Amino acid sequence: MATTPNQNSFSKGTDLAVIILYFVMIAIGILCIFMVEYNPNGNWSSSLIAGKNSYSKQIYFAIFCSFIGIFILLLDSKIFTALANLLYGGGILLMLATFVIGKNINGSNSWIPIAGGFNLQPAELCKIFTALVLAKFISKPETDFTKLKSQLIAVGMIALPAILSIMQHEMGLALVYSAFIFAMYREGLPPLILVVALSFAILVIATLLVEPYVLSIILSVISGLFILSMIKRFKRNKTKIFVIIGIWAVCFGTVRYAVPYIFNNVFECYQSTRIYSMVGKEYDCSQNVKSAATAGKKKGKKPDDYNVKQSKIAIGSGGFWGRGFLKGTQTRGKYVPEQNTDFIFTSLGEAFGFVGTFTFVCLYLFFLFRLIRIAERQRSTFSRVYAYSVVGVFFFHIAVNISMTIGLFPVVGIPLPLISYGGSSLLTFTVLVFILLRLDADRQMVIR
Amino acid sequence: MALYNSNRGGIIQIIIGIVVTIIIGQLISLQIFSNKYKLAADNNAIFRRIIYPDRGIIYDRKKRALLENTISYDLVVIPNEARGVDTAALCGILKIDKEEYNKRMVEVIVKNTRVKVGVFEPFLSPELYAQLTENLYRFPGFSLSERSIRNYPYNTAAHVLGYVAEVDVNFLQKHDTDGYEMGDYAGMTGLEKQYENVLMGQRGVKRFLRDNKGKIQGAFEKGQFDTLAVAGKNLYTSMDVEVQQLAEKLLQNKIGSAVVLNSKTGGVIAMASSPGYNPNLLAGNQRRKTIGSLLTDTARPIYNRAIKGQYPPGSTFKPLGALIALDEGLITPSYGFNCFGSYNNCGDPRKCTHAGAGHAANLQVALANSCNSYFLQVFRMAIDNPKYGNAKNGYLKWKEYMNSFGLGRKLGIDLPSENKANIPDTAAYNKDFGNPTTWNSCYMLTLGIGQDRMTATPLQLANSMALIANDGYYYTPHFVDSIEEEDREDKIELAKFRTKQGVTKISSDIFKVIKEGMHDVTVYGTAASVKLPGHEYCAKTGTAQNPHGENHSIFVCFAPKDNPRVAVAVVVENAGYGATWAGPISTLLMEKYLNDTLTTESVKKAEDLSKVDLMPKSIKDWYVKNKTIRLSPVEEYKNDELGDVWDMEMVSDYKPKPKVIDTIKKVIDTAENKSGQKKPVTNTFKKDSAALLQKKKKKITRPKNGNHT
Repeated sequence: MATTPNQNSFSKGTDLAVIILYFVMIAIGILCIFMVEYNPNGNWSSSLIAGKNSYSKQIYFAIFCSFIGIFILLLDSKIFTALANLLYGGGILLMLATFVIGKNINGSNSWIPIAGGFNLQPAELCKIFTALVLAKFISKPETDFTKLKSQLIAVGMIALPAILSIMQHEMGLALVYSAFIFAMYREGLPPLILVVALSFAILVIATLLVEPYVLSIILSVISGLFILSMIKRFKRNKTKIFVIIGIWAVCFGTVRYAVPYIFNNVFECYQSTRIYSMVGKEYDCSQNVKSAATAGKKKGKKPDDYNVKQSKIAIGSGGFWGRGFLKGTQTRGKYVPEQNTDFIFTSLGEAFGFVGTFTFVCLYLFFLFRLIRIAERQRSTFSRVYAYSVVGVFFFHIAVNISMTIGLFPVVGIPLPLISYGGSSLLTFTVLVFILLRLDADRQMVIR
Repeated sequence: MALYNSNRGGIIQIIIGIVVTIIIGQLISLQIFSNKYKLAADNNAIFRRIIYPDRGIIYDRKKRALLENTISYDLVVIPNEARGVDTAALCGILKIDKEEYNKRMVEVIVKNTRVKVGVFEPFLSPELYAQLTENLYRFPGFSLSERSIRNYPYNTAAHVLGYVAEVDVNFLQKHDTDGYEMGDYAGMTGLEKQYENVLMGQRGVKRFLRDNKGKIQGAFEKGQFDTLAVAGKNLYTSMDVEVQQLAEKLLQNKIGSAVVLNSKTGGVIAMASSPGYNPNLLAGNQRRKTIGSLLTDTARPIYNRAIKGQYPPGSTFKPLGALIALDEGLITPSYGFNCFGSYNNCGDPRKCTHAGAGHAANLQVALANSCNSYFLQVFRMAIDNPKYGNAKNGYLKWKEYMNSFGLGRKLGIDLPSENKANIPDTAAYNKDFGNPTTWNSCYMLTLGIGQDRMTATPLQLANSMALIANDGYYYTPHFVDSIEEEDREDKIELAKFRTKQGVTKISSDIFKVIKEGMHDVTVYGTAASVKLPGHEYCAKTGTAQNPHGENHSIFVCFAPKDNPRVAVAVVVENAGYGATWAGPISTLLMEKYLNDTLTTESVKKAEDLSKVDLMPKSIKDWYVKNKTIRLSPVEEYKNDELGDVWDMEMVSDYKPKPKVIDTIKKVIDTAENKSGQKKPVTNTFKKDSAALLQKKKKKITRPKNGNHT
């Protein structure tokens, strides 16, 4: 941390590396949006000033966000602990309000129109509030996070906005809330939960890949083998056999009932299809309860893996060195849908190739590691929990967004932090980062 | 409080590291180890459009354009993008029904696949073009594509110029390295075919960027990968439009051919074949309507008789026969022969038109009187030349002379499918007469007067005149004198037209005797009645007996006598004496060329001649009979083989193979054919193209018709 004597109190203790990375990211983002929107026939400089293109809007957003950032840095860091509960409550109220005054954008009612044609997505902001409230809750002296009760309360705090997001048909946003597991894990969530979660994920994927009958038999055989191999131990401890049988029952239930139920009754048809297409299978929409109601309406649409296909083509066609700035044919031809928001990574991959994407991913990695380092140097639990929440949210966005563009994850609509076009998302990440910087500047203090 | 958990920060870093590694692994596999995505991206986004250059123009010797390019428009379609087309409106404009629309669409897809541009309606009329441009927005996927088509301002020289037509599968297979694509046009006959690579120019490719809706965004990479179209080069020919037009006019209502050569350069001034056709009939949208009837016409208007018609040269051969004997030193110009009206040295007497004593007292006189006996004797002397031992070797030597004169072989004119006509091989005689040692000069005696199995094309006849006119050499006849901006390849191509051919060692004194003899032909000989105003000229008449009917009227000549500049051969089929019809036509053509104009008297003569109807009755009958005959689709025929299919032989292909040469049988055959020979032609087109091909093969194996009188 460079703190030269000449620095004023405003920038004192602020982590310069993160600020630089923040602005580099935003610059890359504007560049990428520019590549997507660039029209060789138009005069780009005049449209820049007119503010009609996404990239010029993004520049205004960035300027606005810089002011917000400065504003946050000028605040007293105590204000965050003080307002955490209030903000969280307000955020939840706003989310509830969308059900009444929500504006439909891209099939989800999660937007609230505000002045000047801009729209606000409370679910985005709720990420910040949830991070704050989680930090506040865990840092309270009376909270013992090793206890199950505290853990359940924390999960409840996270789950509430997530459930509201699902109700608003924002599956991606809801998934983001699982990112808080990082912070909780750091604060004492048993590692077993991570193992169980991972095993469960593997089980779900296996359910998709393998025929249910075959999988049931495999599971039964594995349990049988376990019981056989441990048969001597059961004589001493009878509960273990019940544990194994219990696990088998849960697995079996998941495979035979839970997963098909979720795919057929909870998910929309397109979501199920996307997830199935990840493992290279086709989902039969006639099984889906929700699509049955709207069946026959959306015939003749582009195939559902069109996005991923075009996105992979765009990134793959970049090759090692890339096609060059503004020379990507996929980008210029607008073959990748949603390219300036969720699929922004493709324009980078096509224009600058593996060199570009590798550098970019490394930049992100450096950014995340820098945030973790900041988190670990906090003396106050509040700051640390908050920092890990930020790490989790950033990591989740980056990992899921890039993975879905390269075909490693089903398509869920979540933006690439600081890169994707969009005021709400940029503002959210700015606030997340700058609150952390503010807290970090006061890391010598113990904040409650 | 949570210090004991501090190692968990490291674990989180490891988890992040693992996920990032997986992502980078996938990026490596996508971006470095698979190139299919690049191809997929190019297929998506790059749209190649071929830019057709203007075809080269063909000029005559006075730089008049024999053909030009005009712009025509095609309605083209990319089937994949033709969604939401207002079909009813489009069908309304094109005056087709929905069924036809679907049929055409399927055709386009079969021809050019779904993603490439295919022609939906070629050669739009101006009204149609205007209507379509107004309404094009209603027909997504359709567009109007410019195409340059040929236009012939002088309506002449159809056979020479040839035509341009859409390439077919066979053509593509033959030229698979030349970059032609379905829907391209290429020269199919004539100069258009011969100089295709010069006239065509170089096609350019423009690459466009296309968006996800198939809309063109603009040039790809600012056009740096585009190749420019290079316009085809112009051809400057030795032709003269006015002489050509006159030749065609004079041959009206006759079947025959005329060739006018510049004897000094070998350049063809005019080449006409009758009946002909207006070249504009095979350009643009006219072609579809007319090609069928042109192909089935029994008089075969598409067939270029000047280079493909094989005629017995008859008496016009006599000067050449004399040349051989002179060159071999067997006779001198003063050699004479006692003829009393027939040649009796070979058993059966052969008739001669003259009986008076002294009509063959020397070469010059014999030529002027066209004495059969004299030239039969000269021929026998050449064959039985003691220098070569036996008749077979003598014949081979004689044949060698013939070939060096340009007979019995392809001259190498710059037109495709030239026929070599026929100077029979010894093998043919061995077959007919058995043991090669038993036959002698008497067996093929009439070769000496240009009959028997000897045939020649009008071009070869004209060329033989150039040979005599030049005192023993000629330049390979050709149309193209020079190519615009000749490069090395073009020079090589034209070099063969710029070197002397067929040089004999006969002195010019001897040629002078032959020329004098041929001059005498025009003074008091067989062509005394045919005059060339303003010039003295040399000529030889021919009245060729043939198995197809009346004698062919043949006339060969060159002028002026002392410094010949033009050599002409004219054949009028089944018209009788050479001097009667072919003679006046020849002199009118020479007059036009040498004087650049015709005297008023000649103009009147030309008018009269052009009105004379000498069509054989059988052909006239055919027109009456077949007025309503409809043909199977033209597409069945292979365009580039048309020239070969349309061969002189085709008519007689349906006759049984003659096994024995029997004079009497021949005569009977001839009489029968006169009435019946044309019939099979019509049948031909009711059969499919496979049968055509088969016939072609038959043709090759079939021996030539002989002829005796």
